[in-house]
Amino acid sequence: MSRNESVLEMSGITKKYPGVVALDSVDFDLRPGETHVLFGENGAGKSTLISIMSGASAAGSGTMRVDGVEVVLHGVADARKCGVSAVFQEFSLAETLSVAENLVLGEQPSRLGIVNRAAAEKLARARLAEFGFDIRLDAVVASLTRAEQQMVEIAKAYRADLKVLILDEPTASLNDSECGQLYAVVDDLKTRGVGIVYVTHRMSEIERLADRITVLRDGRYVTTVDGSTPADELIRLMTGRQMEQIYPALPTAGVVPVLSAVGLTTQDQAVREASFEVRSGEIVGFAGLMGSGKSHAARACAGIERLESGSIQLDGQEIAGSSIAKCLSKRVVYLPPDRKVEGLLLNRPLRESVSLPWLRHLSTWRLFVGRRRERAVVADLLRKMKLSPPNPERSAESYSGGNQQKALLSRALMADCSALILDEPTVGVDVGARVAIYQRITEMAEEGAAVLLVSSDLPEVLHLCHRVYVFSQGRITAHLEGGAIEEEQILQHMMHWDDKESKV
Amino acid sequence: MTQLLSGGSATDPTKAEPGPAGQRLGIAGVAARLFVSVGALPILLVIALVVFSSLSPAFFTVENLQTGLRQYSFVAIVVLAQFVVLVAGGFDLSVGAITALVSVASATAMADRLAAGSSPSTAILVGVLVGLLTGVGAGAVNALGVGLLHINPFIMTLATASVFTGVALKVTGGLPVSGLPPEFSDLFGYSAWWGIATPVWIAAGAALSLWALLRWTTPGRSIYAVGSNPHAARLSGISPGRTMALAYVTSGLLVSVGALLLTARLQTGEANIGADLPLQTIAAAVIGGVSLRGGSGNVLNAVLGAIFIGVVTNGMNLARIESYYEMIVLGVVLAVAVVADRLRSRLAASLLKGNT
Repeated sequence: MSRNESVLEMSGITKKYPGVVALDSVDFDLRPGETHVLFGENGAGKSTLISIMSGASAAGSGTMRVDGVEVVLHGVADARKCGVSAVFQEFSLAETLSVAENLVLGEQPSRLGIVNRAAAEKLARARLAEFGFDIRLDAVVASLTRAEQQMVEIAKAYRADLKVLILDEPTASLNDSECGQLYAVVDDLKTRGVGIVYVTHRMSEIERLADRITVLRDGRYVTTVDGSTPADELIRLMTGRQMEQIYPALPTAGVVPVLSAVGLTTQDQAVREASFEVRSGEIVGFAGLMGSGKSHAARACAGIERLESGSIQLDGQEIAGSSIAKCLSKRVVYLPPDRKVEGLLLNRPLRESVSLPWLRHLSTWRLFVGRRRERAVVADLLRKMKLSPPNPERSAESYSGGNQQKALLSRALMADCSALILDEPTVGVDVGARVAIYQRITEMAEEGAAVLLVSSDLPEVLHLCHRVYVFSQGRITAHLEGGAIEEEQILQHMMHWDDKESKV
Repeated sequence: MTQLLSGGSATDPTKAEPGPAGQRLGIAGVAARLFVSVGALPILLVIALVVFSSLSPAFFTVENLQTGLRQYSFVAIVVLAQFVVLVAGGFDLSVGAITALVSVASATAMADRLAAGSSPSTAILVGVLVGLLTGVGAGAVNALGVGLLHINPFIMTLATASVFTGVALKVTGGLPVSGLPPEFSDLFGYSAWWGIATPVWIAAGAALSLWALLRWTTPGRSIYAVGSNPHAARLSGISPGRTMALAYVTSGLLVSVGALLLTARLQTGEANIGADLPLQTIAAAVIGGVSLRGGSGNVLNAVLGAIFIGVVTNGMNLARIESYYEMIVLGVVLAVAVVADRLRSRLAASLLKGNT
């Protein structure tokens, strides 16, 4: 049967970076018209594998066959010639150009270097029409929503001879209805016989889309299973451990509310009328899709977002409208999701990233930095966090994601914090570091801190939280406690779509 | 470059793996390691010293060293001014215009006081104060634009450079301001303590103060933090705008010190000076190893860069090379230094790879 013949076959793919083996003899195959999900933790090697597939980076060793023919790719252009295209999380669109210009970029119909505008527009229009996308050709890409940009990206990747389309977490920043549109496109592509490599962390998406699932762990091939494999089995395959081994036992939560918000609405309307509270010794989860407002609500508590209305109290004192510095001095610590963008001083010694919020507290008369004390305190903390390599004077950028996150967490440990707000603390963190990070989080709760955990990682929310607030479209749609914290419950409320709201 | 090999060709991808660079230890390997550890500047400096000593016997003499240091101290201080802004992640094209403005303002004030019958010491005191205040004020204008109104540093300082130069020219009508007390020149231009010229002491003092500010104080650390990552700094309770503003005001103050030394040496206030300072100072800092991305580099880098620029300028003067060539050489060296720096980080990465 032709359906069982592979359109893409990779075997023995190995890729080494200095000090790490990113991929160790990994096998992968893809049939025409199937959606093959690549599943694994951050750092398991998914990104490396798809970047090799798409020609963006070269494999150390191993072979790749397209339609049974061995190919060696020397770049993305090579891959496209073979019929393999990828849509990465970072789009390859020129933001300041129009949709039409982007769609024909690099292959404008031209004569003697002069672009034939009419022909170019016709070509672009045909590409959009292929999937019935309703996007204006003359719109500037920067003005489009993420979903629309993604559609342009897919339209750009699509060719009549497209055999393999790689989608890297395509729904990471889409809302529910946009996800629906994307799934329709995926279905359409499948009927055209295109094989789809789909990277995702979302269980609901796997259920909806996957024909087969290949699981990677620590750069190794684990197994390939059928798309109907249950979620807990997948998680066991992915982590190689039982849940109990990863997540520590939860401490007993206190009863005194430390951080509480009532009727919180941010100026940008990302959060509307949200009310929640976190008690001492308690770990409270914020679940929701990207753009659901969960992160904004958390940031508001640390003085980062501007508020339109609502009140935030810390130990009974009003802190709404306080500056970030004021919140820090009250020991409300926020650790950002993207360590490179908002967390670390990449080209400075790691020590400086750890002590950054507490410089004034380490200083005499708030002016002269006590360098010796700073060094001692930071070195001590990082030793406890088992930083590797254990040298805080190395630049922050030279550390792995897990170690960078450990350093940020040390920032919170440095002060006796009253409220700890963690935004996606384990993105890009390997299992080993994850266990250490979870351990620290529960320890801080045990010491009486109110912990607010914003996370898109469902298992994390399920196993590490006393209570969970589910966000959708800027509002809290559910408040779950104890035994009611179930995956299905959370998912259902995450996808909650209030029709009345969209008409307002 | 891209080439597609298909049809089951028997290529062995493992051969493409580059061998670890660190294990090839020949002369080239040693040279590479030296280059990685010290950077391009010491090598360039040695080359410059050798070349200029061979071109002119007067170059490698104590006397020339003394005059050279005396003459270029002021440039070194302006390099420090540029450096502090670069560390904060900005840059300053108006250092030359501020120099001219300070020179004109302080000279006018001194000549004015002297003409009004004040004693030379009062006139000097007033002149120095007016000069420092002018520098700080000019720095504050840049600070307001870049730090608080978030105007792009390039545009803002390009604009203020034009404004400051215009003001200086308008005030003087393009003519030198004369009639300064001779004691001013004697004190800040030509006196010496323990055999070392006063300008050198002042430059050393400025360098030490800046070093202490950046290393030991919270504002100094904030400047590095904002230059390295303004978003991270903001989330840690540091205001990127105010920190940037502080860097520009500090820079203005440093420029005014340099400008006073220059005015003392010239014995007049000049509106036409400093046009090449933006290029010279950015070149010196970059050659010294300060990153244009902000957040990196230290005072020593800046000082070494300034010394290099001084050596090149002085050497070419002594070798009687036309000053036009000086501009050409400076431009080429700047471009080479940037390329060398990139090469260095790539080499460093490959040496690191070889070690693991």
